[in-house]
Amino acid sequence: MARKITFQQAISEALLQEMERDESVVLMGEDIAGGSGTDGEMDAWGGVLGVTKGLWGKFGDRVLDTPISESAFIGTAIGAATSGLRPVAELMFVDFMGVCFDQIFNQAAKFRYMFGGRAVTPVVIRSMIGAGFRAAAQHSQCLYPVFTHIPGLKCVIPSTPYDAKGLLIQAIRDDDPVIVFEHKLLYTIEGEVPEESYTIPFGEANYVREGEDITIVALGRMVHMATEAAEKLTQDGIDCEIIDPRTTSPLDEDTILESVEKTGRLVVVDEASPRCNMATDISALVAQSGFEFLKAPIKMVTPPHTPVPFSAALEDMYIPDAAKVAAAVRDVMGHKAQAA
Amino acid sequence: MIHKLTMPKWGLSMTEGKVVVWLSEDGAEVDAGSEVVEIETEKIASGLETPQPGILRQVAQVGDMVPVAGLVGVIADSGVAPAEIDAFVAEFQANFVPEEAEEESVSAEPETIEVLGKTIRYLKRGEGGEPAILFHGFGGDLNNWLFNHEALAANRAVYAVDRPGHGGSSKDVGSGTPASFKDTLHGVMDALELPKAHLVGHSMGGGVSLDFALAHPERTLSLVLIASTGLGAEIDGDYIDGFVTASKRRDLKPHLEKLFADPKLVTRQLIDDVLKYKRLDGVDLALRTIAGQFFPGGRQALVLRERLSELSVPTLVLWGCEDRIVPVSHIEGLPANIETRTLPGAGHMVQMEAAAEVNRAIISIWG
Repeated sequence: MARKITFQQAISEALLQEMERDESVVLMGEDIAGGSGTDGEMDAWGGVLGVTKGLWGKFGDRVLDTPISESAFIGTAIGAATSGLRPVAELMFVDFMGVCFDQIFNQAAKFRYMFGGRAVTPVVIRSMIGAGFRAAAQHSQCLYPVFTHIPGLKCVIPSTPYDAKGLLIQAIRDDDPVIVFEHKLLYTIEGEVPEESYTIPFGEANYVREGEDITIVALGRMVHMATEAAEKLTQDGIDCEIIDPRTTSPLDEDTILESVEKTGRLVVVDEASPRCNMATDISALVAQSGFEFLKAPIKMVTPPHTPVPFSAALEDMYIPDAAKVAAAVRDVMGHKAQAA
Repeated sequence: MIHKLTMPKWGLSMTEGKVVVWLSEDGAEVDAGSEVVEIETEKIASGLETPQPGILRQVAQVGDMVPVAGLVGVIADSGVAPAEIDAFVAEFQANFVPEEAEEESVSAEPETIEVLGKTIRYLKRGEGGEPAILFHGFGGDLNNWLFNHEALAANRAVYAVDRPGHGGSSKDVGSGTPASFKDTLHGVMDALELPKAHLVGHSMGGGVSLDFALAHPERTLSLVLIASTGLGAEIDGDYIDGFVTASKRRDLKPHLEKLFADPKLVTRQLIDDVLKYKRLDGVDLALRTIAGQFFPGGRQALVLRERLSELSVPTLVLWGCEDRIVPVSHIEGLPANIETRTLPGAGHMVQMEAAAEVNRAIISIWG
């Protein structure tokens, strides 16, 4: 019960347990089996950050190293999904997804709809997101809003080891294409994770923290920034509620609205670029369906609309952190004082 | 004599608790077993009882977070000088080291045994004496006894057991028949090498314990049935259905609220814990199987009321007056060999809502 493992181990365990349970589950990706190809080295890598380490030894050719051609292997995974397998493709960084947009947007996302519900595409694409890794502009984006935009795709953004395991198992068992966005700075965090298999339904937000004064909606790594801010704000007598939607498609609109109905105030924290991101989407939802609950304007905490800087100093300034979240919360709380 | 009043450990994951309000004044004379302070954890709030009578000295302030085993207050015999109490508190605080969440070496940890091909998880507290077994209800687990286990284990070994399909035990319940659960209890006693035990069952765990006591009187020292099934056909079938089918927080909450007289006790954390259990592979099938065997069509299938007079061991039936799951009327008209007690202001989870009274009643029947 109290077993703690890392986010990375939680993902690895989900893959292992699903591969043991269902032999149609296969893994594909760059360097996920080993990459070097030499004897004794085949299982050395396990992907760029070692998530699939050990699985090649257990499952052999169900763990497939692919050429460095995302458009080829993502297309292959989608095709395999339409013909009976449940592939989990690892596409190192979400930034590289651009070369296979047709496979994802126009093929995987459309099959169920265009074949009148008679085709399923149970493919999972796992990919790393996020800034703070000193990996520069082409390896640091979040991009989940781009995929959330496409009907027919399900988008999953785990923030804890517990969620990472349960959401990934759900993704593998789901008959629709699911993209799992894993923040690379979360891989080492630890949390309680059951040893047994379990699933977390999509579209069910998590109450990270209960509070009365203000709702903070945050995703992925930003959940931890929001939590840090909320702990600081307690000292100022501000009681924050934190909602982690966990999935952006489907989005648990009811829980967000229910929380704002109680608190009357909203801050949305999103690490994705500020235009057309989840912060604007959730703000629009509340402005449209929860306007009468609001006691103050909604505030969004996002990075600026620029590429992620390579300069460490600039990258640190770019990322929304706890101080920025706390400042936004104080702003929104301050509005009440003016009004009163 | 000076006695410590320390932060209890209510449930496996509790590391600290908050002092919400003092129920007795600083300097007041308090009786043993009275609740002197309200403690809140991230999961639940409850009163903390003093084990000894005496004069209360409040140590923690309202709003303080106190680690498990940390000092909340002191109970001193009248006549103890204030300076002596000051010295006692100072010495305790100087030497107190909060248990690290990571270590968990000091407090009891659950263990597992193999019974009839299934893994059964249990938590043992206390040592020696005549052993007792706590058996939870439908959808519950050993944490249902979090306000009882420690108090009941003061003078004996007390085992809180997760039944098959629940908690940390195997989720495979096989046929899920009443007989299979009775056999599991038998197997648990064999595996734990307990020739005889006091049995305490809540709700469906009570029905199974009663079934067991009738079949194996030679292994039963006493029987406590808390808001138990098995004493009448009625049960809230909507609750059973709702608990089994709800997969989301919003759907589950109204059903969990029926378990308590005070629905505020159903915190988001409590709902989250139940959801985490229900999401485990195999739980859905287990719950559906058990519900089908025990409560087909929203009625109890196992009713042993007519056989209660056969019981030769001391038997106590406890009920919360505001039980909305199994009607409190089932406590009426029981044979004379059965002791009964109703508790006002408590619902189906009476052992949580009226923990102090339930603990006292159980300890008194154990003799």
